[in-house]
Amino acid sequence: MSLRIDQDHSRFRNIVRGRIRQNLRKYISKGELLGRQGKDLVSIPIPHIDIPKLRFGDKQQGGVAQGEGEPGDPLSASPQDGDGQGKAGDQAGDHALEVELTLDELADILGEELELPNIENKGKSAIVDKKDRYVGVRNVGPNSLRHFKRTFRSALRRQIALGTYDPKRPVIIPTRDDMRYKSWKTEEEPVANAVILYMMDVSGSMGDEQKEIVRIESFWIDTWLRRQYKGIETRFIIHDAAAREVDRDTFFRTRESGGTMISSAYRLAADIIERDYPASQWNIYPFHFSDGDNWSVDDTLLCVDILKKLLLPSANVFCYGQVDSPYGSGQFIKDLKEHFSDHDQLITSEINDRDAIVESIREFLGKGK
Amino acid sequence: MAQFALKTALPNYLRDEQLRIEEFARGVGLDFFPTIFEMLSYDQMNEVAAYGGFPTRYPHWRWGMEYEKLSKSHEYGLSKIYELVINNNPAIAYLLEGNSLVDQKLVMAHVYAHVDFFKNNFCFRMTSQGRHRKDRSDVRKWIDALANHGAIVRKWANRVGLETVEQFIDACLSLENLIDPQKPFIPKLSAPSTSEEAEPEETPEVPLLRVDREYMESFINPEEFVESQKKKLAEEQEQSQRFPSAPDRDVLGFLLEQAPLERWERECLAVVRAEAYYFLPQMQTKIMNEGWASYWHSRLMTESICDASEIVDYADRCASVLATTPGQLNPYKLGIELFRHIEDRWNKGQFGKEWDECSDFELRRHWDRRTGLGREKIFEVRALYNDVTFIDEYLTEDFVFDQKLYSFGYNQRNDRWEIESRQFQEVKGQLLTTLTNAGNPIISVVDANHGNRSELLLEHTHQGADLRLDWANEVCKALCRVWTRPVEIHTVVDEKPTALRFDGKDYSQKSL
Repeated sequence: MSLRIDQDHSRFRNIVRGRIRQNLRKYISKGELLGRQGKDLVSIPIPHIDIPKLRFGDKQQGGVAQGEGEPGDPLSASPQDGDGQGKAGDQAGDHALEVELTLDELADILGEELELPNIENKGKSAIVDKKDRYVGVRNVGPNSLRHFKRTFRSALRRQIALGTYDPKRPVIIPTRDDMRYKSWKTEEEPVANAVILYMMDVSGSMGDEQKEIVRIESFWIDTWLRRQYKGIETRFIIHDAAAREVDRDTFFRTRESGGTMISSAYRLAADIIERDYPASQWNIYPFHFSDGDNWSVDDTLLCVDILKKLLLPSANVFCYGQVDSPYGSGQFIKDLKEHFSDHDQLITSEINDRDAIVESIREFLGKGK
Repeated sequence: MAQFALKTALPNYLRDEQLRIEEFARGVGLDFFPTIFEMLSYDQMNEVAAYGGFPTRYPHWRWGMEYEKLSKSHEYGLSKIYELVINNNPAIAYLLEGNSLVDQKLVMAHVYAHVDFFKNNFCFRMTSQGRHRKDRSDVRKWIDALANHGAIVRKWANRVGLETVEQFIDACLSLENLIDPQKPFIPKLSAPSTSEEAEPEETPEVPLLRVDREYMESFINPEEFVESQKKKLAEEQEQSQRFPSAPDRDVLGFLLEQAPLERWERECLAVVRAEAYYFLPQMQTKIMNEGWASYWHSRLMTESICDASEIVDYADRCASVLATTPGQLNPYKLGIELFRHIEDRWNKGQFGKEWDECSDFELRRHWDRRTGLGREKIFEVRALYNDVTFIDEYLTEDFVFDQKLYSFGYNQRNDRWEIESRQFQEVKGQLLTTLTNAGNPIISVVDANHGNRSELLLEHTHQGADLRLDWANEVCKALCRVWTRPVEIHTVVDEKPTALRFDGKDYSQKSL
């Protein structure tokens, strides 16, 4: 049933969309939306969308109410701004408006605001699974798909209509016209054909704030790439001196105190890709976050080697985000820049604080790869 | 309601109830318009409520926002709309499908009293569109009027674009509350007579007090007084040379007549203004209207409508409607108690000179002259008062004490809201302040040629509470959109006279 309000409602949704777009940078840097993520909905609190009027300021005017208490006693609930127009006395008060968006819509808004180009599938055909589903009934078909109940029913109906049905001797004989067969439709189901490999340095020098930045950034990268690819997988690798694969939760929570050998993570990533994601069929997105501290120059050289030989040839892009930390030397990004100045497949970005997240997302995803 | 294509007629069993309740309501003396009840499902109800009770309004996003809010809070089980009734002849009221029978009866009884109030209270007279030619009945075809408004706005949206029209209406809505509650009762001024053509300016005499003996002159009219009178006169003269000649509180009306608007803008502004005046009486009589309706639903339900099995359910429902929360005034509760208080006083003859002058506590407590005028009195009160005069006249010290009314305010030092006082004068004063001008600041157009640059000057008559500044700036912008020239509002901020200004590009704020 369509309601007359639908048009006004969709205009309102458009305004909300605009508001979210305006405030997107704030939402990103504050990481507000992470905790508000449902299965595929995000609920976003919108600061009042109101028509400004000449009104008395907040807290300028008291009021009168009824009940117990002595002068000087605090009121348990702060009084609501009465708008004078509400009808019932038992209505809920004025809550901040919460609107729900699907993650797809959110990704679109992100794309518009950061002017992200759509990703070009790197020549790999999107892998689509075909699946047959029975969706209806028709008059012709193979006998193996005959719909017995519907056939019986139409035969019964015909016989009753013709007057040839005898309740005392209920024999139903279907004719050719009574036959009903199940019919199917072939639906395409996307299969995951892109994978994001998150790698993070969890050595002692990465603090909570640094991890939070990574968490926020990975949320938005996820959101955007999910919009671009029908199905997507994510894998998580943490490393200090050694690397291991973990689940999402552990990824953001673990804190080790060991040293840092970045090559261990790169090697593990290369192994995973080789084992599970043949480069000819998968779009591969390795993201690595660290504070730029590596154990030794030798290890850095080893990293460069793995990147050149194994990771870069198979990945769409390789993104390295360096989070600023008080302990890290920040050397690694310089090394990468030096060795890969001619590779546009390797993107580096420095994330100094939360406000830099937006820029860094743009750097990573802005090339449309 | 032809455009309301869905089946909304009452089922038979409710139809029978309606006839019964209507009979009871008439029996106790309520005098209402014919009333049509419609049965709505919850999403239809949310839609209708988002449109303020009307089936169609002009297209605007804020109905959509209202709808979003209502359906969210419905889904989460935070609130449910029980009744909705619109001031129209015939009156239209909505029942929510799936409510229990007791609820439906309660709503019907409540609605009949509302409609009686719409028909008889003097504030609502201004929503009358004239008299029917044949039976002289009150014409209030507001459903049609608001649907027509919708048609007007849609027409212009098609010609100049929905976006453009909506933005203009946003600006108009920012000014929606700048109307003059007294306007409908001011007789129309006749066109200024041509005879008073610019006569040569003669200095008018300074009005002084009459002095019979010359030697008394300096005592009766001391120098300061003469000075102040002169100043007043000069101010008056200055104002009379301005345009408008007297401050005009009907800002919307002033803009409608004087602002350089295109035709579509003028028509949209007229729509917003007409609807603002239509809804004004409901804001001016919130306490009385809800009190009156609650008074009668409680009488009708307990005396005639309910049978024994229903009375507990009814009492439960009624109690939740009349519940009070700290820091929030429940108009239902205050209104019903005050009507009961008045009825009781007039039944016992607790009024008049003798009563007022009696200060003997015992005597007052047992005062009963058996006058029995209560019923008559409350019917009179419902016709002749609005919230402000109702409270001013009938809120008594005893009542404030019995009902545990208190005034509250924000305590800067403790950073919290606190109960301020239970003193009668303070509570009453606070209540009247919040009700004055339906809770809106008093704003008037003072000068349409401010600084001789055809800028618009508005003045806020400051009565202790400052304006909300960020919004005030936005309102300046909206005014500027309509007036097309810079706009200034003179107000008081932190006890300093201040001018808020928007010149088309920038906001500014300076002390005067």
